[in-house]
Amino acid sequence: MHLKIALAGNPNAGKTTLFNQLTGARQHVGNYPGITVDHKEGFTHHNGEKITITDLPGTYSMTAYSAEELVSRDYLVNERPDVVIDIVDSSNLERNLYLTCQFLELGVPLVIALNMIDVAKDRGIQLNIKKLEILLGVPIVPIIARSGFGKEDLLEAAIDTASKNKAWISRDISYGKDLDTTLTELISLISKHNFLTETYPSRYTAIKYLENDEQILEKGQQYNSDVANKLEKIVSKTTEHTQKTLDVYPEAIIADHRYGYIKSIVRQGVEKRTFDADRLYTSDKIDKVLTNRLMGPAIMFLVLFSLYQFTFSLSEMPVAWLESFFGWLGGVIENSLPDGLIKSMIISGIIGGVGGILGFVPLIMFMFFGIAILEDSGYLARVAFMMDRVFRIFGLHGSSVMPFIVSGGIAGGCAVPGVMATRTLRSPKERMATMLTVPFMNCGAKIPVLALLIGAFFAENKALYMFLFTLLAWLVALLAAKFLRVTILRGSPTPFVMELPPYRFPTLRGLIIHTWERTYQYIKKAGTVILGISILLWALMTFPGLDDQYLTVFEEQRQETLSRFSPETIASLDQGSETFSGQTQGLADKLGEINNSQTEAALRNSIAGKVGGALEPLTMSAGFDWRTNIALIGGFAAKEVIVSTLGTAYSMGEVDAEEPASLGERLKNDSNWNRVVAVAALIFIMFYAPCFITVVCIAKESSWKWAFFSICFNTFFAFLAAVAVYQIGMFFQLG
Amino acid sequence: MQTVTLRYMKKNQSGVIKAIKVNGVLGRRLREMGLTPGTRISVCGRAPLKDPVAIRVLNSILTLRNNEAEHIQVEVQDT
Repeated sequence: MHLKIALAGNPNAGKTTLFNQLTGARQHVGNYPGITVDHKEGFTHHNGEKITITDLPGTYSMTAYSAEELVSRDYLVNERPDVVIDIVDSSNLERNLYLTCQFLELGVPLVIALNMIDVAKDRGIQLNIKKLEILLGVPIVPIIARSGFGKEDLLEAAIDTASKNKAWISRDISYGKDLDTTLTELISLISKHNFLTETYPSRYTAIKYLENDEQILEKGQQYNSDVANKLEKIVSKTTEHTQKTLDVYPEAIIADHRYGYIKSIVRQGVEKRTFDADRLYTSDKIDKVLTNRLMGPAIMFLVLFSLYQFTFSLSEMPVAWLESFFGWLGGVIENSLPDGLIKSMIISGIIGGVGGILGFVPLIMFMFFGIAILEDSGYLARVAFMMDRVFRIFGLHGSSVMPFIVSGGIAGGCAVPGVMATRTLRSPKERMATMLTVPFMNCGAKIPVLALLIGAFFAENKALYMFLFTLLAWLVALLAAKFLRVTILRGSPTPFVMELPPYRFPTLRGLIIHTWERTYQYIKKAGTVILGISILLWALMTFPGLDDQYLTVFEEQRQETLSRFSPETIASLDQGSETFSGQTQGLADKLGEINNSQTEAALRNSIAGKVGGALEPLTMSAGFDWRTNIALIGGFAAKEVIVSTLGTAYSMGEVDAEEPASLGERLKNDSNWNRVVAVAALIFIMFYAPCFITVVCIAKESSWKWAFFSICFNTFFAFLAAVAVYQIGMFFQLG
Repeated sequence: MQTVTLRYMKKNQSGVIKAIKVNGVLGRRLREMGLTPGTRISVCGRAPLKDPVAIRVLNSILTLRNNEAEHIQVEVQDT
């Protein structure tokens, strides 16, 4: 027999810890189609039985209002698991049993895993488990998910319940006289017409009608609109009545009675507390310091800064290893394949692409490890608590601070992990606004470009300008978020109400599993797309290449140069030593110049070059000539590519992004460039389309529609800003 | 005994919820987190910028924005 178990429970009740305990590394993570709610499945064996465990998203309730709750509900009714394990935090019984109540209403075969009985004991809570079991009529197994205590008993109980194979029967909970009468009326109508009865127990459908549940109402209309209308009519009559007499909607009465039912059970001697309710626990004492008016924010900035340092300094080494590995690999190909398109594609397209994908892996790993620590320990909720007032002004959420910082809120981050970090936000609109605006921050790849232009045009005040541009990035990102929240992402804020869970030590196992999941998802999902786009960009910058006619011209120049030098000089150049004598060096320089002009000509003749040239009339209103345009197109691959592409376009050969001083000099002396153009270019580079790796991540975290939106919106905005800067600057002759 | 909204309760003040005067998503969310009439709550403190507020309810700590706290009427105990 193959058993299907679903794991459900409140957030912070220890559900993920239990899931990891039960399944170990035998997990499979995916996404539910179309939404970014994790679909986690794990496998285990117990007494020869094969068991599949599905980890449902942590929720407090099962309404139709959030993606997580809908997913849980749909999973239960569509997949019909053999048994549901409801994990309940024993130190927080009443709130946790609210969800349990809704499982009872749905009638699923249920086993309760009473978690953290050790914590409850420490908190002076004595539980009479036997009594609770009898009153709820559900098997209860005490466990400690962190240590694995009780997990065998739990599986035993789950298998036992599943084997009984009962039909789903809705629990009869009283919701007060008015509603009970209506319920009876609804149920008889539902039973008579077998209305949705193959999916839901009739009492459950009746309750959902009273709760005005959008999903069920819609399903009802599709199933049999005649009956649905009758049901809706009965409900609206009752609603009118409760509105008039009690000034409440039935759904509020139902919620109150659920809690009433829970309280009546808990107070029948199930729970005894030896301490006063307002007693301060260790967690509260920690909060006295960590959320203190003055110390709180200071500590928070320290913690966030440390996370940033941790992520970016620790990942520096592995990133450098990966870079040198791919550099080496490129070198091997360079030497072993004949010159030509295949070689160029493998080196620039494939190795560049794969290297680009893998280069982010250490970054993503370290960042998610850091975020997992903050999240699992409970500190992330406090960050949201402290920062919410500020971020709310811009239509965001307290939790938005983290993605902003990771993306470059402290200059030098990266928007790829930043976009992925928005997963910690549970409010859909706030999350979307955060995701779309974090690419405005100054990520590590924009820094070399900023350094090049600031170094060349504002050398006297480098640090100050760097700082100003970081502030500008924050300002623009936040204002853009506000703009989005009053236009296309308009809508009242998602309720902020959330739990500040007690501080806990994260388990290493949990941290590692969490980190691995995210990293693997990134490689798997983003990998293939990124490789494809990388090859496409290579093709844009390569084809159609130079005509034979031009090639002959460059070849003639080469021959002409060679003929001016003695055969000995040419021979000594071919030996290829590191240092040359005066004559030989002169020859090498000349040949280098010719090669550089040839690459420049090839680039200009490429598709990207032609596009850059064609756009020149338009982009000149921001002061950008065709060379800058090509570099900006190249920057879509990765912003630091702007430096090297500018180098090629100015016929300077390979320019190292880390050492762009010579290119800076060249720009400074170019008649097309001046301070105003530099600022316009800086603004454009900071705010135009995110690099395509970020775009792919946005697509994977939301949809391709939003990904394309971010390309267009950002580029349009950046261009307007650059034009404004250029036109105003030139008007006042600031250049 | 006096009824005020949670927004105006002071730190360490406690009381019993009288009514939740909001419907829709927010009302639902407040209720499912255990903020129902008859429940005892106490104010743990406020964020550094005085908003949101943190309260203790059903043995755990919840936080909500002041404009959300406004809908919760509480009968405060004299202190």
